Amino acid sequence: MENKDYSHIPGWGIDIDPKNNPTYPIKHRTDAEHKGYSWERPPQQPVDIEVLRSIERPNVSAVFGTSVPPSGLSGQIRRYAFRSSESEYGHWLPLILADRIGAVEGVIDDLKKGHIPNIFAERGWKAQWQHNRKGLVQKILIGAVITTAVVALLSRKNDSQED
Amino acid sequence: MLAMNYRGPQRVRIDQKPYPEIKHPQDAIVRVTRSCICGSDLHLYNGNVPDTRVGMTFGHEFTGIVEEIGPEVQKLKVGDHVLVPFNIACGKCAFCQQGLYGNCHESNTQASAVGGIFGYSHTAGGYDGGQAEYVRVPYADVSPTVIPPGMDPDDAVMLTDVVPTGYQAAEMAGIQPGDTVVVFGAGPVGIMAARCAWLFGAGRVIVLDHVEYRLEFVRDYAPCEAYNFKEMDDPVVFIKKTTDWMGADVCIDAVGAEAAGSPLQTITGRKLLIQAGSATALHWAINSVKKGGIVSVVGVYGPTDNLVPIGNVVNKGITIRANQASVKRLLPRLIEHVQNGVINPKALITHRVPLEEVADAYRIFSDKLDNCIKPVLIPPSAR
Ligand SMILES: [Zn+2]
Ligand SMILES: [Zn+2]
Repeated sequence: MENKDYSHIPGWGIDIDPKNNPTYPIKHRTDAEHKGYSWERPPQQPVDIEVLRSIERPNVSAVFGTSVPPSGLSGQIRRYAFRSSESEYGHWLPLILADRIGAVEGVIDDLKKGHIPNIFAERGWKAQWQHNRKGLVQKILIGAVITTAVVALLSRKNDSQED
Repeated sequence: MLAMNYRGPQRVRIDQKPYPEIKHPQDAIVRVTRSCICGSDLHLYNGNVPDTRVGMTFGHEFTGIVEEIGPEVQKLKVGDHVLVPFNIACGKCAFCQQGLYGNCHESNTQASAVGGIFGYSHTAGGYDGGQAEYVRVPYADVSPTVIPPGMDPDDAVMLTDVVPTGYQAAEMAGIQPGDTVVVFGAGPVGIMAARCAWLFGAGRVIVLDHVEYRLEFVRDYAPCEAYNFKEMDDPVVFIKKTTDWMGADVCIDAVGAEAAGSPLQTITGRKLLIQAGSATALHWAINSVKKGGIVSVVGVYGPTDNLVPIGNVVNKGITIRANQASVKRLLPRLIEHVQNGVINPKALITHRVPLEEVADAYRIFSDKLDNCIKPVLIPPSAR
């Protein structure tokens, strides 16, 4: 992409006020972006893991993170999400769904490795016990009531099926 | 090495993870000396930001000692103690060239809007962050900055995000001498924005929050008027009334997607996740600013669909300015301010927690327990 010459259009640019830029002072004006995707790119990080790419980009960025490549069912959903652009619900909602499924996969993964996750510690209940005992007790009681109610409801259903 | 490990909404723990590797010739490996938990980490912690994957390490505010450098790194050397801005920026692309380091185009493959951020969702590039003993730092010559001699590392770590974000919030607000500035949110960034508003010539600074100890803190630190919006019938009417029914010249949203205060926003944005978090603070900002005023947004919002009163933006002729802070652009000025005692960032740090107790630190910060303003995690090797 090159800079076009508009000087043949009568009046072109006569009202340009470089100070009248709402992005000032956040943007140091260089107008480099007018030249398009033309900068000398840094070397490319070797793409040796699966990295999902926004379809609003022409390429993989010169560096990228390698934290958690997509895997399992959540990974499949993420791959699907990346078929839609960032402006689509079809991109974000599957990603949120994949995150929730990922949390379940994480527990399964822990168990497979013989590690039983300590949910109490992971949720920082020790700190809550120290600083907000009332809140924690409330939370546990509400949890217990809901669990009891669900168990009661399920067992009643089972009873009636057996009748 | 030890590293924070995200396991799902409100579940984090400390685990052994592999030592990071140099993946690119301009990478460095940094041994962490300080890393903070940020308000925007709470959006991740609560599972509100899409593509936050189980197994990630969070942490975009950290300082550390350079342990290893890639073959193309020239400015940093092994042993340097650096503060690492949260933006991962190449320094070469059109956006970095303009100083928009938060919008680098060569550091995030997963999205085009935002650049790469350490320890954030994969939407910000999928980089592991600094709540660990070691971290991989790409483009090591661009943003990471050697901590000036004599500067307290506690001050330095606050320069990686909180100070520049608060400062840029005030800068984007285009404050004119004597302006009334309202800051929504008295978290660390809101506190800093209120403080920095004075540096741009504000005539009156008002902060709204709903946590008493934070209000007390900001009144003292900023110094400003601070009010509890839970005690108001309507914060928007309160601001109108106190500005002689004109509205504030400038409103700063330093809250983002975790906002309290509106049941409808909370249910749709934070419980059902059908919009990108609750946009309550943004609503209040748009509706409290005077006609022709400026709204400056540094609160983090998730992507796309928010229930935002765009009609009022048009009708009132408001300018909205928003961005992730471009830390590198602001650093020279802010280092000066810290060295001259104009800003005292470390005063915000209320909790120093061993990295191993990261789950408790998240709980304390998230639930606003123990008068917590800002927690910093210290890895075992830095104690
Ligand atoms: Zn932060
Ligand atoms: Zn760049």
